[in-house]
Amino acid sequence: MSRKVKAIVLTGNGTNCEVEMAYACKIAGADIVDIVHLSELIYGEKRLADYSFLNLPGGFLDGDDLGSAKAGANRFLHARIAGHKEMLFDDLLKFINAGKLILGVCNGFQLMVKLGLLPAINGNYREQSTTLTFNDSGRFEDRWVYLKANEQSPCIFTRNIHIMYLPIRHGEGKFIPKNVAILKQITKNNLFALQYSRPNGLPTMEYPANPNGAIKAIAGICNETGRLFGLMPHPEAYLHRTNHPRWTRESLPEEGQGVKIFRNAIDFIRSKDF
Amino acid sequence: MADRIEVGFKKGIRDALGEKTRKRIIDNFSLPVEEVRSIEIYTIEGNLSKDELKEAAAGPLCDPIIQHYSINKPLATEFDWLIEVGFRPGVTDNVGKTAREAIELLLHNKLASRKISVYTSRQYLINSKITKKDAERIASDLLANDLIERHQVIARNEFNFAKGIPAYIPEVLSQDKPVVEEINLAGAADNHLIELSRGKLLALNLQEMKTIQKHFLKKATIEARKKVGLTSNITDVELECLAQTWSEHCKHKIFNSFITYTDSQGAITIDSLFKKYIKGSTAKIRKAKGKNDFCLSVFVDNAGVIKFNDDYNLVFKVETHNSPSALDPYGGALTGIVGVNRDPFGTGIGAKLIFNTDVFCFASPYYKKKLPPRILHPRRIYEGVREGVEHGGNKSGIPTVNGSIVFDDRFLGKPLVYCGTAGFMPARLNGQLTHTKEIKPDDLIIMTGGRIGKDGIHGATFSSEELHEGSPVSAVQIGDPITQKKMTDFLLVARNRGLYRAITDNGAGGLSSSIGEMATYCGGCEIDLAKAPLKYPGLQPWEILLSEAQERMTLAIDPRKVKYFLQLAKKMDVEATILGKFTASGKFHVCYNRKTVAYLDMSFLHDGVPQLQLNAKWKAPKNNEPRFTELTNYNNALQQMLARLNICSKESVVRQYDHEVQAGSVIKPLTGSANDGPSDAAIIRPLLDSMEGVVVAHGICPRYSDIDTYDMTACAIDEAVRNAVAVGADIDHLAGLDNFCWCDPVQSEKTPDGEYKLAQLVRSNMAIYDYTTAYGIPCISGKDSMKNDYQIGKTKISIPPTILYSVIGKIKDVNKAVTMDAKCAHDLVYIIGETKEELGGSEWFALHNAIGNAVPKVKAASAIKIYRALQRAIENGLVASCHDCSDGGLAVALIETAFAGALGMNLDLSKVPYSGTRRNDYILFSESASRFIVTVHPLAKVGFERIMKGNNYGMIGEVTDDSLFNIKGLDGHFIIKEKIAKFKEAWQKPLNF
Repeated sequence: MSRKVKAIVLTGNGTNCEVEMAYACKIAGADIVDIVHLSELIYGEKRLADYSFLNLPGGFLDGDDLGSAKAGANRFLHARIAGHKEMLFDDLLKFINAGKLILGVCNGFQLMVKLGLLPAINGNYREQSTTLTFNDSGRFEDRWVYLKANEQSPCIFTRNIHIMYLPIRHGEGKFIPKNVAILKQITKNNLFALQYSRPNGLPTMEYPANPNGAIKAIAGICNETGRLFGLMPHPEAYLHRTNHPRWTRESLPEEGQGVKIFRNAIDFIRSKDF
Repeated sequence: MADRIEVGFKKGIRDALGEKTRKRIIDNFSLPVEEVRSIEIYTIEGNLSKDELKEAAAGPLCDPIIQHYSINKPLATEFDWLIEVGFRPGVTDNVGKTAREAIELLLHNKLASRKISVYTSRQYLINSKITKKDAERIASDLLANDLIERHQVIARNEFNFAKGIPAYIPEVLSQDKPVVEEINLAGAADNHLIELSRGKLLALNLQEMKTIQKHFLKKATIEARKKVGLTSNITDVELECLAQTWSEHCKHKIFNSFITYTDSQGAITIDSLFKKYIKGSTAKIRKAKGKNDFCLSVFVDNAGVIKFNDDYNLVFKVETHNSPSALDPYGGALTGIVGVNRDPFGTGIGAKLIFNTDVFCFASPYYKKKLPPRILHPRRIYEGVREGVEHGGNKSGIPTVNGSIVFDDRFLGKPLVYCGTAGFMPARLNGQLTHTKEIKPDDLIIMTGGRIGKDGIHGATFSSEELHEGSPVSAVQIGDPITQKKMTDFLLVARNRGLYRAITDNGAGGLSSSIGEMATYCGGCEIDLAKAPLKYPGLQPWEILLSEAQERMTLAIDPRKVKYFLQLAKKMDVEATILGKFTASGKFHVCYNRKTVAYLDMSFLHDGVPQLQLNAKWKAPKNNEPRFTELTNYNNALQQMLARLNICSKESVVRQYDHEVQAGSVIKPLTGSANDGPSDAAIIRPLLDSMEGVVVAHGICPRYSDIDTYDMTACAIDEAVRNAVAVGADIDHLAGLDNFCWCDPVQSEKTPDGEYKLAQLVRSNMAIYDYTTAYGIPCISGKDSMKNDYQIGKTKISIPPTILYSVIGKIKDVNKAVTMDAKCAHDLVYIIGETKEELGGSEWFALHNAIGNAVPKVKAASAIKIYRALQRAIENGLVASCHDCSDGGLAVALIETAFAGALGMNLDLSKVPYSGTRRNDYILFSESASRFIVTVHPLAKVGFERIMKGNNYGMIGEVTDDSLFNIKGLDGHFIIKEKIAKFKEAWQKPLNF
């Protein structure tokens, strides 16, 4: 008997990719997909504990007014849950410690990084050690990029993926680690799951293939368990062939490449007991 | 006492904003600048302790990986000039608001009941040996808009490195007690009435003032007023409310005027252009469509509604925000986009927003002449508007899928900023139709979303006038997309739960307009303005009623459901306030603290405005015909054409808009081999599990107005339709929106050529009627902006009359959609439609500084035949690529098709179906309407030609894989032979900043 996969897509305060992220979970095989407004968690109407796959969608939490996802991270750290002693962040840590999966895309990735959930070296989920900041170009851009998946990475989401093509849509996507030691840890443990690359998969620092100047061309990172993953490109924006910018001139499979990331997560959850 | 927290980048961390600013200073002023660094400043009021300040700074305000902070001392060290820019009092400070909320949450327990305020500003540290004058110029012409921002310029040797800049709080300080002014109109002389209208920025004419005067002298009026404690004097609340409701902006007085139109064939009378031509054409089309009529709600609501399929409806509206964008391009455009978002959102029961469109008309960003007073440089307007729409669209999570930028130096006085938004709603919800509105007496009136401030007061009347010396600063608002997003998230939940009965937006005219219009559904209302939540104290009752502060919706709620509505609002952190109730009293009844301050008959308020009587005289202009000789080679000429602002690539703007959020993107604005070719139209899938698509496109060609606005309008409609057809739209399921932007067409001392301009308007309307009925494409909504002039002193600048015609429609299966890029070598290249000697108003003539007279004429009957055939060919999968021919004609469409596909072409001009003087340049660059460039796989040739039979088309060559673009002229010699890369480069360069 297969286990039920319950996905939650968390919205509110400026997220805007929740519908397609939920749809991605659905077509990738999740049994239950709930789009849940943050206020429902804060009011205790919904509990993170009831789910096994947390999706943090893209958007502009609080307008990214204090820097991407900064005010959003502040809310996660300091919001209380009505009727409970716990803070929202405590629930989040419990979710992580239960070995459940979290995927953060774009603003969701920025949120994870600023909370410290990624890369969380040595399992320290409370201290920010990297950041995502303004693109070198100084501007928001929407463009498709090639991504090389690191086959040595423990990342569950990128399993069996070699090269992907996905859109980025951000103004603050430049990945910067706090120092060389952190970068070393990320490299050594293969936490860099995705890198901006040329079409042939060679990682690149060249604009616009590397759209933001990210250090080591890093587009996505995971934690040491590979169960927490964040990336700047949008897998939920490539679910169908017609999303591809050149679908009218290339022969492409019906299913978009982004689905694989969600399917990997869901298949993994189905294989485990939480 | 206030504290300053400064946040800057650590040494060695790239400052992208600083670098961008440096580049702009160099580009705009040609000044040598070594480096610019930026510092964010948070000025916090509320007596936070040192530890609390530190906690705030180290927490939400600063990114510890790349930034550092200081408290009450400056971060600035090395610089030559320091420029600090902050908001003026009362101007929306979105970042300040977010910072305040973040600090409140962070210090929740410690703050207890203490209130704090946060104000933001930004420092630019400039390393450059420039003069104080240059530094001042940088501050006021680039970094700060003095209308809404204040700035300080400080030289290194003037700076106090120990203490920095003292904290400054831009607080609105108003001790004003709420007062209602009474004005005695009885016996007021004409000049007094005019003076009153001008002095209060009412924008009412003498006849209108006299109508008000007369109404207030009526016995019935006086007696009714007495009963509610009012004298016979009109209150300022009433006068302002009438001026807003009767404004050109809200009442469309010119479109509804009685016009006597004269041309060489005699005179006709028109009782309302709107009724006769626009409503008239739609009614005729709907009747002809019979049971295939897809219109659901036209001209009655905030936006038009059509059927998408049996289960869903499409909602679409396009607005302009020209006058505010002239004064504050960023805020004006941002408000334009988040403002038009609320139109479909406030239509029927409310629609989810699925895409934005934007079309801008600017003067050249390379404008070199001296600027008249109060006019910002076009480059600055361009950048500001672009950024405003970027923030408005991207932060709202609505993809910006279609648009264009049109250049003409007459847009110097007022830029045009068209913003459109489409919505999507289930056809039925909780058992009710969603596209209609119903309100019952005793329903409660609730305002939700943002608070009311002094922003946007007189917006409606201000945009009903030309930009002049006294144009009010208060008319400018700055939108807050996140407050709006939170509100729309909340309202969609409330909608789905059936918690409200009706919804409308607060745009121009604020509550006066939203409640005034809603009250017509039941016949009256009663509100108390003292209940309205304010951003700061000191607003007068009339200001509360008229304020156009953003992000607000007004709702009618069944009293039995109000509790649930308010609970949900609180939970989702959105403010909602009961202001009063709807009634059937026939009165627009406004109180302030239970005392009546306005008591107007609904019928007088909405139908009392006297109809304008206007004359229009048409005399076709006679422009000089240019004389220049034909060239033997067009390699350079085509590159020059491609580099023209109206033709060149707009990629740098398009890339900065999120055009694929919501994941339904099928045809993006950029397409082709390198994702950079110019798409003709956009297609999205609003339902991710369905292959049914929405098509959106537009047409705009103001240059043709210099010859005849009839043809300008016909060409705009045709361009919109053929753009939609080019990607595969179903022509039987297309609806249109007309957005008129005109220069003042009312004859007066200021406008001695008003009768001609009005004739231009009449002719444009005639074309709307003729072509929409010929194509069977009904207008479902639209808007007019009639005073796009600038007049200060002797300088008057009027825009060329401009119509934006937008179409929205459907494609049954997006898998059949076609893009404009050539696909394969050996594909055949066709020109569909006849090319005529129609270069009047063309880009080719404009390149020769001429207008000419032979404007493109649209032949509707042959055009619609082509469109139907092409639609069939596309549905049958016979078309590899299809591109519309418009600005720059055939040559431009061909080379765009080639370089977007990274392929060459071999073409023969003698194969082009053409009538006129046999000149290569005329064939290359004529802008005849209703034409396409189509490429077809050789195996599809027979099938394609069978379907196209009976239409005028020519097979003019083939696609090649040698990257060369070759065209043989009429005499058999090559007139163009060049690498496609060369043309692409010319096309990409001009606006790549």
